[in-house]
Amino acid sequence: MPLATLPTLTPALPEIFLAIASMLLLMLGVFSSEENNTRTVSYASVLVLIVAIPFVGLVTEGRTVTFGGAFVTDTFAVYIKALVLVSAATAIIMSKDYLKIQGIERFEFPVLIVLATLGMMMMISANDLIALYLGLELQSLSLYVIASFQRDSARSAEAGLKYFVLGALASGLLLYGMSMIYGFAGTTSFDTLANIFHDAHGHVSVGVIVGIVFMLAGLAFKVSAVPFHMWTPDVYEGAPTPVTALFAVAPKIAAMGLFIRVMVGPFGELGAQWQQIIIFISVASMLLGAFAAINQTNIKRLMAYSSIGHMGYALIGLAVAGTAGDAALQALGVQSMLIYLGIYMFMNIGTFACILLMKRDGRMVEGIDDLAGLSKSNPGLAMILSIFMFSMAGIPPLAGFLGKLYVFQAAIQAELYALAVIGVLASVVGAYYYIRIIKVMYFDDPVDELDRGISLEMKAILVVTGVVIVFFVFYPVPLLTGAESATAALFHK
Amino acid sequence: MLEIGLSHYLVLAAIMFTLGVFGIFLNRKNVIIIMMSIELILLAVNINLVAFSAHLGDMVGQVFALFVLTVAAGEAAIGLAILVVYFRNRGTIAVEDIRIMKG
Repeated sequence: MPLATLPTLTPALPEIFLAIASMLLLMLGVFSSEENNTRTVSYASVLVLIVAIPFVGLVTEGRTVTFGGAFVTDTFAVYIKALVLVSAATAIIMSKDYLKIQGIERFEFPVLIVLATLGMMMMISANDLIALYLGLELQSLSLYVIASFQRDSARSAEAGLKYFVLGALASGLLLYGMSMIYGFAGTTSFDTLANIFHDAHGHVSVGVIVGIVFMLAGLAFKVSAVPFHMWTPDVYEGAPTPVTALFAVAPKIAAMGLFIRVMVGPFGELGAQWQQIIIFISVASMLLGAFAAINQTNIKRLMAYSSIGHMGYALIGLAVAGTAGDAALQALGVQSMLIYLGIYMFMNIGTFACILLMKRDGRMVEGIDDLAGLSKSNPGLAMILSIFMFSMAGIPPLAGFLGKLYVFQAAIQAELYALAVIGVLASVVGAYYYIRIIKVMYFDDPVDELDRGISLEMKAILVVTGVVIVFFVFYPVPLLTGAESATAALFHK
Repeated sequence: MLEIGLSHYLVLAAIMFTLGVFGIFLNRKNVIIIMMSIELILLAVNINLVAFSAHLGDMVGQVFALFVLTVAAGEAAIGLAILVVYFRNRGTIAVEDIRIMKG
């Protein structure tokens, strides 16, 4: 009799590929010539991340579990993983010039991003509390290191330290919640948990509720939703800019995917217990994101508050998905949220590409004032940054407006009118600081010019994201169908 | 004879967890204490997991506890490494000094 059978490895193919590739990338960095090994490893990492996308896309429908039910691949995972891989690859591409300017060209940087991406993909595919925890920690541990990657900068080290302390606290909260759920429900498997809560018809012990609340707190930390947002501005400001660009997109989207997976999967039947909490953190994030950003002078700090606000809007979708008992409505909420996350990714990548081009005399600048008069010195960059800012503010017909439209529509369908009204009001306030940047660029007296040279890669990123944002309204089908089939995987098992 | 049941373990773990969280937020002296508080939180979770595992007669909790121990070791290593980098830049690890950026 065999002692064990080898689990089916095909569903985990992208993860296995990334794991092996990251080891090989390390070897490549160590054994290639010291002069340009960062460049070699960066290009190889981008290649690895891009090659992983078709591996992810092998799943076109249905739902496969493997590793004793701890790992699941479905179209939902495919959608989120594709977004994560694209954003991680662009973050590496965008880091090339920055690393050189700051003198921190070390080949570990892209490898750490690949490892973090591996962690994110594992947590998106987690179907068990243990798998969830391990994926989350692989992601977090890699990100702590790259936040403090600029070793000789006090600000980067401080950002890394703050991120580490609060991230570890968040993991602690999450773990404590998991231990309560394990103890009071008796299992760590998402499928079994879903069955138990389904049979209980919404009546569960207090221990489980406490566990869910702790898990919510931990996850809210990871997506930087109010009241667990306090690390975000400092970490965004202090971390090297390409790292901030990564933080604003990939871990946020992955954690949101995890949020959906956990809340709609095992705890889907308990919507009545957690919907209130999600509504609260969503409203608080939208309002804080709108008001706290008004006084900022550093553009990275401003983007931190902006991303807190955007997470608030995305969480509206999750609040709608908390309407227990109405599967169509739940699906609508999740779908609107997925569309929002896709658009959010393009807007943020584009904006951070612009921020990374803010150089003066070969040195990086990050003040909003430094943009003054950009429309005269570099009209192309000024125009494309204006497009991203209008889109973030939610001005029609840009993609950002449609993203907001979908989540607000879902909220109204679910009769969560207050949420939609507060969302609209918050985006009016938010429009002030986005449009202020445009005003600084077009109407303020020019200061010293920013450097003009834009590398080919950056041009490509700006053009692609800009085109997506502007023309999304004419051709939204790919994102919509992607989000639709992703949602279908969660609700028809 | 006092019988030690599940609730005793849970109360102990809850106390340790609370101490850890308060240690992070109330401590004004030094970052090493924050690291110790984080370990305290993870140990509280481990007590919870092992107690539940024994109570349920289910091995998963103990496996989970082993994973948590392993990850906690990695986390402590990375935390201390970041702390060393920070100390080299600033020459201090007092919590009050960690405020180049307001927040």
